[in-house]
Amino acid sequence: MTISHAPPDPAAGLEKTPASGSRTSPDLEPIVPASVRRARLRSVPRWLRRTVGPLLLLALWQVFSATGVLHPDVLASPGTIARAGGDLIADGTLPAAMGVSLQRVAVGLVLGGVIGTVLALVSGLSRLGEDLVDATVQMLRTVPWVGLIPLFIIWLGIGEAPKVALIALGVAFHLYLNVYAGIRGVDAQLIEAGESLGLNRWGLVRHVVLPGALPGAMTGLRYSLATAWLALVFGESINADAGIGFLMNQAREFFRTDVIVVCLVVYAFLGLTADVIVRTLERLLLQWRPTFTGQ
Amino acid sequence: MATDLHRPVTAPAPSPAGEPEAAVRVEGLTRSFDGRAVINGLDLTLKAGEFTALLGRSGCGKSTLLRVLAGLDREIAGTVLVPRRRAVAFQAPRLMPWKRVWRNVLLGLPGKPERALAEKVLAEVGLTDRVGAWPKTLSGGEAQRAALARALVREPDLLLLDEPFGALDALTRIKAQQLVAELWQRRGCAVLLVTHDVDEALLLADRVLVMREGGIAYDTAVGLDRPRGVGAPGFAGLRSRLLSELGVEDGGAADAGADHQQQEVAAAAHSGV
Repeated sequence: MTISHAPPDPAAGLEKTPASGSRTSPDLEPIVPASVRRARLRSVPRWLRRTVGPLLLLALWQVFSATGVLHPDVLASPGTIARAGGDLIADGTLPAAMGVSLQRVAVGLVLGGVIGTVLALVSGLSRLGEDLVDATVQMLRTVPWVGLIPLFIIWLGIGEAPKVALIALGVAFHLYLNVYAGIRGVDAQLIEAGESLGLNRWGLVRHVVLPGALPGAMTGLRYSLATAWLALVFGESINADAGIGFLMNQAREFFRTDVIVVCLVVYAFLGLTADVIVRTLERLLLQWRPTFTGQ
Repeated sequence: MATDLHRPVTAPAPSPAGEPEAAVRVEGLTRSFDGRAVINGLDLTLKAGEFTALLGRSGCGKSTLLRVLAGLDREIAGTVLVPRRRAVAFQAPRLMPWKRVWRNVLLGLPGKPERALAEKVLAEVGLTDRVGAWPKTLSGGEAQRAALARALVREPDLLLLDEPFGALDALTRIKAQQLVAELWQRRGCAVLLVTHDVDEALLLADRVLVMREGGIAYDTAVGLDRPRGVGAPGFAGLRSRLLSELGVEDGGAADAGADHQQQEVAAAAHSGV
């Protein structure tokens, strides 16, 4: 090939360093290999490192309770809470309550998930569907769903239905928004490539659009799980006769802060479990994704 | 000099209708964007098995023509006849990131093709050991080769290449060009290579077209012996002729990148008028 750039003028270089012999050598600093720098903390397993923060918090709390800084009526000590939790499990109250609550979340999640996903597919895949569905959903979305509780009670009574409906509603919106955005965010170049490979409309949906929308759907699933627990707390604090929320309300009447905290811990635990499930799902389903995973 | 030997014969007369060995027949093709005709009454015939390069400045409509031939752009007027079996390789590999390489290769094939079929064609492009890899783990050259395999597995009668080497580094590009030349010789399908690189066109093609003002402005056969090098006799003459057709004066020292920039500047100035 041809040479396009003239070599740098040697004279210019010489002029710049007239006394190149007397130049002091620069300070050298070692570039430490990453493996050496990481060695100490990195050798501890990741899950163990992640538990350090919560454990410290727990220890601090116990210290404050033991020294009387934290009065038991304000917040029971971790020890008391652990004992209360043990009792609740032993007499079967907590497992029963958890069963009821979990069932509510599961039913609401499935119901809301199906509704949200179907609506997102309708408005994501066709322009007609978008015109019909999207404006309506976007409008309804701006209504705070917690504000619908009174209406739900009037419509659906005080049984399971309003609680499940509340959860389904919160879940449906999150899934709708994220799946819809995921579908519309699929790279048009990939769609075109799919067309050039001879995929028909259904083939494009199946092999290009839906897999492309999956990351969005997973984000939606995460949000909707968080919302599901939130909706559960709201739903169960009204007219419930079973479930974790009911247990909490009962405890409030008797100033049992230890039981309240046990219930909160259960909520946190269930939320964490859900998060682990979604993480695992993401790892399995999105392993193709070229994203930054942290160092 | 040798240049004169390769002077274009007059633009090939549109072959009589029904000539069997035409891989592409285009008559009076017009494609407008917002009332501005990017392709204007274009006629083109590509012979079966012929390797044609289509040169042009940025924005001259060469990629639009390729998209029309691929069937991706149908907002057209005129007659366009293309083989049913045709395949495209784009500038970006455009592999589905959620499918492993072999699944990408088989994507869109009718029926239930076997993995072995993908393995065979991937071996042909030298990707035997990346059959089960995720696209994210491929290098730029590997991804482009996978995209080429995906096009070839369709056994196309017409292979459309839209600047497929544009995003590759110089060394990888040379290897990819060699690979395309090899594959074409083995497969014998008609190839239309859209490019802005004159050297690339001359290294690979039997025939070079220059597109300008919405039509084929210049058409020449390339009678150089294969395998070719930039130093082959006659190469330089053809090169400067093509460059002048593209509106670039060949100073003999401008590299391809500079050419491209000049073209773009010129094209921008042109479209502003």
